[in-house]
Amino acid sequence: MVIDWGWILDHLDDIAAAVWGHIVLTAIPLAVGFVISLGLAIWAIRKPWVYGPVTAITGVLYTIPSLAAFALLVPVFGFSMLAAFIPLTTYTLLILFRNIVAGFQGVPPEVLEAADAMGYRPRERLLRVEIPLAVPLMITGVRLAAVTLIGLATVASILGSSFGGLGQLITEGLQTFFPTKYVLGAVLSVLLAFAVDFLLVRLERAVTPWSRARAEVGKP
Amino acid sequence: MNEVIAWLTNPATWQGQTGIPWRLVEHVAISAVSVLTATLIALPIGLWIGHTGRGATVAINVANIGRAIPSYAVIVIVLPFSLGFSTQFGLNLIPTFLAMVLLAVPPIMVNAYAGLQEVDRDLVEAARGMGLTERQILSGVEVPIAAPVIVGGFRTAVLNVIATATIGAVLGFGGLGRFILDGRLKGVQGTGELIGGAIIVAVLAVGVDLLLALVQRRYARRANPQLPHARAFRELAEVPLPPGVP
Amino acid sequence: MTAPATSQRAATVEFDHVTKSYDARPSSGGAPGAVNDLSLRIPAGKICVLVGPSGCGKTTSLKMVNRLIEPTSGRILLDGVDAATRDTTELRRSIGYVIQQTGLFPHQTIEDNVVTVPRLLGWTKPRMRARAEELLAVVGLEPGKYAKRYPAQLSGGERQRVGVARALAADPPIMLMDEPFGAVDPIVRERLQNEFLRLQEQLAKTILFVTHDIDEAIKMGDVVAVFETGGIVAQFAPPAEMLANPASDFVARFVGTDRGLKRLSLFRVAELPLSPVVTAPIGADGTIIRRVAAEQPFEYVLIVTADQAPIGWVHRDHLAPGAISAEQVEVTSPLLDRRTTLKDALSMLLDADVQAGLVTDRTGALRGMVTVADITALMREPDARPLDPTERAAADAEDDPGAGVAAGS
Repeated sequence: MVIDWGWILDHLDDIAAAVWGHIVLTAIPLAVGFVISLGLAIWAIRKPWVYGPVTAITGVLYTIPSLAAFALLVPVFGFSMLAAFIPLTTYTLLILFRNIVAGFQGVPPEVLEAADAMGYRPRERLLRVEIPLAVPLMITGVRLAAVTLIGLATVASILGSSFGGLGQLITEGLQTFFPTKYVLGAVLSVLLAFAVDFLLVRLERAVTPWSRARAEVGKP
Repeated sequence: MNEVIAWLTNPATWQGQTGIPWRLVEHVAISAVSVLTATLIALPIGLWIGHTGRGATVAINVANIGRAIPSYAVIVIVLPFSLGFSTQFGLNLIPTFLAMVLLAVPPIMVNAYAGLQEVDRDLVEAARGMGLTERQILSGVEVPIAAPVIVGGFRTAVLNVIATATIGAVLGFGGLGRFILDGRLKGVQGTGELIGGAIIVAVLAVGVDLLLALVQRRYARRANPQLPHARAFRELAEVPLPPGVP
Repeated sequence: MTAPATSQRAATVEFDHVTKSYDARPSSGGAPGAVNDLSLRIPAGKICVLVGPSGCGKTTSLKMVNRLIEPTSGRILLDGVDAATRDTTELRRSIGYVIQQTGLFPHQTIEDNVVTVPRLLGWTKPRMRARAEELLAVVGLEPGKYAKRYPAQLSGGERQRVGVARALAADPPIMLMDEPFGAVDPIVRERLQNEFLRLQEQLAKTILFVTHDIDEAIKMGDVVAVFETGGIVAQFAPPAEMLANPASDFVARFVGTDRGLKRLSLFRVAELPLSPVVTAPIGADGTIIRRVAAEQPFEYVLIVTADQAPIGWVHRDHLAPGAISAEQVEVTSPLLDRRTTLKDALSMLLDADVQAGLVTDRTGALRGMVTVADITALMREPDARPLDPTERAAADAEDDPGAGVAAGS
C-alpha cells in the first residue's frame, strides 16, 4: 500500500474542511434527534402506552439501511442537506429514546416519592431531580448515537458530493483510484468516532461528580 | 411514484443478471455466508468468555471498537489489502465480504457473552452440584436461558450485514445496492430505479429483522414461559442495540 | 442528637372516618393497603406509632396525611383544618417526611439535601447554609466533615440521620416517618431510636411513625395504633395499657406472648418503690445485726463498707457473734442503675441467679433494693402506668442535681 504523505501535507486545509463538515453533518441531526427523543421520552414516562409504538416505529426507521434511506429522500429534497439530516436524525431516535427512558426509569422510586413529599411541583421535580439523575444514561445514549452517526454520515456522500464530510474524501478517493484519499477518509472517521466518544465520557464525568463518589462507609 | 411503478412493472427489471431476483439472491447469499462465517468465529469465543468469565474486558472492547468503525470505512480500509490479494475479486467481492464478517463478529460475540452473564449464577451452581459436566451446563442450562439475547446478537449482525452489502455496490459488487447506484448514475431517468431499489432494500432489511424478532420471541417464551404476551410483543418491537457500553 | 434552637410548634392530627379502597371486589376481603373507616386523634407533640402486619394500611394512612395518597372518603384534620382544602405543595412543604430508603437525592451534596424544603421556600443562601450546619450538628454529623459529601459516601446510619435532618429543615409541626430505622442493623437502629427519642423530648413535634416491629412501636410510641389486615384499627392506646389489656385476640397475638415482659421494658427501676435493706458495716457486731434482720421478711443481710458501698450478702442465720468481715460474703448481686428498665433488671437478676438487685445513686451509695417479687408484682398490676417523658425528666433532675442527660453512646 502506498500512502502519499506529500498529498496529505499539501491538502491539510481540504482535510480540515472535510472533518469540520463531518462534525456539522453529525452534530445537527444529533441535537435535533436529542430534543425529539427527550420529548418522546418524557411523554412515555408520563403515559406508558407510548413506549411500545415509539420503539416499534423508531425501530423500523433504525432498521432501514442508510444508503436506502438517503436514496429515498434524494428525489424529495434533491441534494440539499435536508436529505442527509433527516435520515441521520431518525437513526438517533431509537438509541436516544430508549436510553433516555431507561435513565428516567433508573431514578429510584423512593427519590421521586421523597421529592413529591417535600413539595416539589411536577416541573420542578422533572428539572431538578429526574433530568439530572437521568444524565448518565442520556450521555451513554448520546455516545452511542454520535458514534453511529459518524459512521453513517460517510455513506451520504455515495449519492452526492454536496453533503461533504469525510465520506466525500472516501468516495472521491475511490472514484479516482487514489488510496491515500479514501484510506485517510476512513481512518479519520474512525478516529473522529473515538475522539467524540472520549470527549463525551469526559463530559459525563464533569457533569456528574456525584456518580463517581465512592462509597466509603463512615465511622459510626 | 409513477417512475417507481414504471420501473417495477418493466419486464427488464425482473430478468437476467441485472434483474431484481438475481440481485436479491446475490444480496441474500453473501449476507448469509458472511453471517455464517462470523458465527463460526464469534459464537464459540463468546460462549467461552461467558461461561468461564475470562476475557470479559476484551469482549467489551471489541464491542466498542466494532461499534465505532463505520461499515463504509471498513470496506475501503480493507480494499488496498484485498487488491494486493487478488485483482480480479479484490475490487468487489473480497473487501465487501471481509467488511461484512468484521461487522457481524462483535454483536454475535458480545451478545453470547452478555447472555451467559445474565444467567443466574445460583442456577449454574445448582447444575454443577447435581453433577452436570461443564459442557452439559453450557448446552443444557446457559444457552437455552441466554437464547433470546444470543438471537438478539444475530439480529444486530444481520442488520449490519444487509446494510453493508448495499454499500458494497460502490466497489462494483452486485446485490440490491446496484439499483440505487445505477439509478443515481442515470440521473433523472434513474429516479424510479433509485427509489425502487431503496424500497426493496428497506423492505428486505425490515422483513428479515421482523422474522428474526419472531425467532427471538419464541426463544424468549421458551426460556421464560411466564413472560406476558404484552412484554413479549414489546421486546419484539425493539431492535436490539449493542450491549457492553461501559 | 441535640435539639436546635428553633421555635417549637406542633399540630394535632385527626383522622375522621377515613376510608381508602383500592379494589371493589367484595371477595378479596380488602385489597392490600386499604384503610377502613379510620378515626384517630393524635394529640400535638406526641409520637403515634402505626403498627401492623404488611398490607394492613398503615403506610397508606401515613401517606394520606401529606396527600401522597388521597382518601376515598373521610377527612384528615391538621390542627382542625381539613388537609384536602389546603394547597398540596404548600401542605407537603409543612410536613416532614422520613422513609426507610431515605430517598436522599444522589446528585446533591448532604448540605443541599438537608435544605431541600428551605430552597423550595426561597430562603437566602446564607440562611440555608446556617440551617444545614445547625441541623447536621443536631443529628450528630459533624458539618465540616459531611456537608460537601454525596449520599453514596455515607453509611446507612449516616444517611438515615441526614434523612431526619432534611425532614426537620423547615421546622415542620408534623413529621411522618415510614419505617425510618428499618434498613439499618440492630445496633445502629437502637442508637438512632434512643437519640431520636431524646431529640423529640426537646422538639415535641407531632409524629406519625410507621413500623411493623412491635418492639419498636412500644419503645417509640406515646400512643400506638395496632392495624389489622383490611385497614382496621384493632386498638389505639398507650403501649403500657395495650400490653396490660390487649383489646382482642389479634392484638394479644400481635404483641406476643411475652407482653408482660415487654410491658416491664416501659418501666424503670426508679419507678418502683424500693425495699429497705438490712446493712452490716464491716466490723459491726454479728449478734446485733442478726437480731435486727430477724424482724425483716428478707432473710439476707448486706455487708457494706464504712461508706455504705455494698460488698455482698450473707444469710442472717449464718451471722455469728463477733465483728463482721468481708470474708463472710456468700452471694453478690448486680447493681442496678435507676434508669435501667425493669425488663433488663429482671434479666440481670435471673442471670445472676439472685432474688434481689441493689440500687445505688450516682455517688455509689446504696438507695435500696429491687426483688424479683417486686417486679412480678408490678407485672400483675394492670393499671400501673409508666412515667411519661416529662415526668421522667423531672424525676431524673431531682435524682441527680447537676447531672445532665446521659450522652449518646
